[in-house]
Amino acid sequence: MISSLLGVLFDGLAYGMLLFLISVGLSVTLGLMNFVNLAHGAFGMLGGYVCVIVMSRWHVPFLAALVPAFVAAALAGLVLERILYRRLYRGSHLDQVLLTIGLTFMAIAVATFLFGPQQQSLRLPEYLSGQMSVLGVDLNVYRMFLLAVGVVLTIALTLVLEYTRFGASIRASVDNPRVAEALGIRVGLVFQIAFAAGSGLAGLGGALGVEVLGLDPVFPLKYIVYFLLVVAVGGTSSLKGPLYAALLLGVVDVAGKYYIPQVGAFIIYAMMVILLILRPQGLVSRP
Amino acid sequence: MSDARGISPARLSWVEIVFWVVLASGFWLWPKHLALASQVLIAGLFVLSYDLILGYAGILSLGHAAYFGLGAYAAGLLAQHGWGEPISGLIVAGACAGVAGLLTGFLVVRGQDLTRLMVTTAIGLLLFELANRLSSVTGGVDGLLGIDMAPLLGAFRFDMYGRTAYGYCLAVTFVLFLGARRVVHSPFGWSLRGMRDNPGRMLALGYPVPRRLIAVYTLSAAMAGVAGALLAQTTQFVSIDVLSFNRSAEALVMLIVGGAGVLYGGLIGAAVFTLAYHYLSSLNPVYWQFWLGAFLVAIVLLGGGGVLGACQRVYRMLQDRRRQTASQA
Repeated sequence: MISSLLGVLFDGLAYGMLLFLISVGLSVTLGLMNFVNLAHGAFGMLGGYVCVIVMSRWHVPFLAALVPAFVAAALAGLVLERILYRRLYRGSHLDQVLLTIGLTFMAIAVATFLFGPQQQSLRLPEYLSGQMSVLGVDLNVYRMFLLAVGVVLTIALTLVLEYTRFGASIRASVDNPRVAEALGIRVGLVFQIAFAAGSGLAGLGGALGVEVLGLDPVFPLKYIVYFLLVVAVGGTSSLKGPLYAALLLGVVDVAGKYYIPQVGAFIIYAMMVILLILRPQGLVSRP
Repeated sequence: MSDARGISPARLSWVEIVFWVVLASGFWLWPKHLALASQVLIAGLFVLSYDLILGYAGILSLGHAAYFGLGAYAAGLLAQHGWGEPISGLIVAGACAGVAGLLTGFLVVRGQDLTRLMVTTAIGLLLFELANRLSSVTGGVDGLLGIDMAPLLGAFRFDMYGRTAYGYCLAVTFVLFLGARRVVHSPFGWSLRGMRDNPGRMLALGYPVPRRLIAVYTLSAAMAGVAGALLAQTTQFVSIDVLSFNRSAEALVMLIVGGAGVLYGGLIGAAVFTLAYHYLSSLNPVYWQFWLGAFLVAIVLLGGGGVLGACQRVYRMLQDRRRQTASQA
């Protein structure tokens, strides 16, 4: 009983960490820049496909294949921000929704055309597969790896945002773009880099998630609710909010599916409605 | 007060009368495609209901299929359990969806755009999941079978050519369209436009903004429910698709294609979308989705208004040119 509880908790945390990695970019565009980017999942999908293709065509090892996954998604983000998203920063939310739903549909169609509608899979290296016994509990090695990657990236992101000049520029550009511009910060460039980095992280998350979330052309629609939920519940004041929200979401989702499978995804959606009603500003609201 | 934009004055204009007469002559104009035409009308009614909340009241929703599906299941279950009389079934289904709209409306109107978007999405997904889980009642992914409809008004059987279905859909759509038209030209309807454009000022002017938004949301949900019920009754089948996220997104797309905030926009958008889907997806469903996405992106970049907006722009341009030539002469 206890060990199954720990197992569920562990799986949930790993799952949540993955959601956090994919959503953290969205918390920049949606949370900070107030841009409703429903196409965010498409960047995750792109990263996933790049990883799978690079591994199967050119036999690149898994860890090395994560790099092109990140780079491809970041480049796609950079280009799309430049030619499409930038025009709509001041547009209405409706226009943003239409644009990004349109992009999502196109991404789904292209993925179906190129790779077919079936689920993709990849072969994890030996050292990342199997179980490991820790304190009498059998833990999945890959999920431990996910947790570790998540912790490292979270610390790195926090350091960048809190302690570097670029992090300060992002915070300033978001808080007051006009004053930031007047102080010589190139707000447009800052947003562009933030957007590309966020897309890249989504791509990395998508590649890491092939094993856990699966990968097929409807990936962007299937998980968009989860990503939005992480950002909406987590708020935007710091990285902490989305992180807690993602971990909570992961644990609740895994626990729900494990203990009361007949209720299924119901819990997540109900939780989302209740949380949004109680705390429209997110769990950790801005001071 | 008259509508400054001129495309839908308070009295039926001759263009509108021609529009409905053409639809009514569908029995002779497209006798072989009545089933498809019924689908267009049902989609049109659904988008019309969505136009009330998005186009007029400015409530951004991606979960409107919840009410469509609720109406479809209500009508389907009634008929399955022996209540095959269509019109009363339609009313009951509309009432069910309306009650659901009232209950959820309180949650929806609380937040801003993004919160609304997410709450409506969640409500839609919640109902989909519910229908999926209650498969002993709804048939789950296999769909609701065994719907047996009694003849319409006790006289017209639902025939296999879809004649009765088309007439039924057309009559219901027309009646509800007139209702919606009456609503948007009433002071209530004008106050909705005010709330869409500047909710803060409307509140300051003393309008009960949340209450009115809930009212229009309820009305819209009931209309969506009737549209769903029409689908269930005329096809005598309810697939779980009626609750899917895609259906909600399609309502948004159809409305944008036709033109939001104009009642005919919904009907025209539904027609264009359904016909394009019918022809293009028979070529290859993947192409269809790609071009649909590309089309949406293009609409946003080129400036909206949809089909009706484009017609209006062309009309204005022609008028300007005529005025110019007149002043030169």
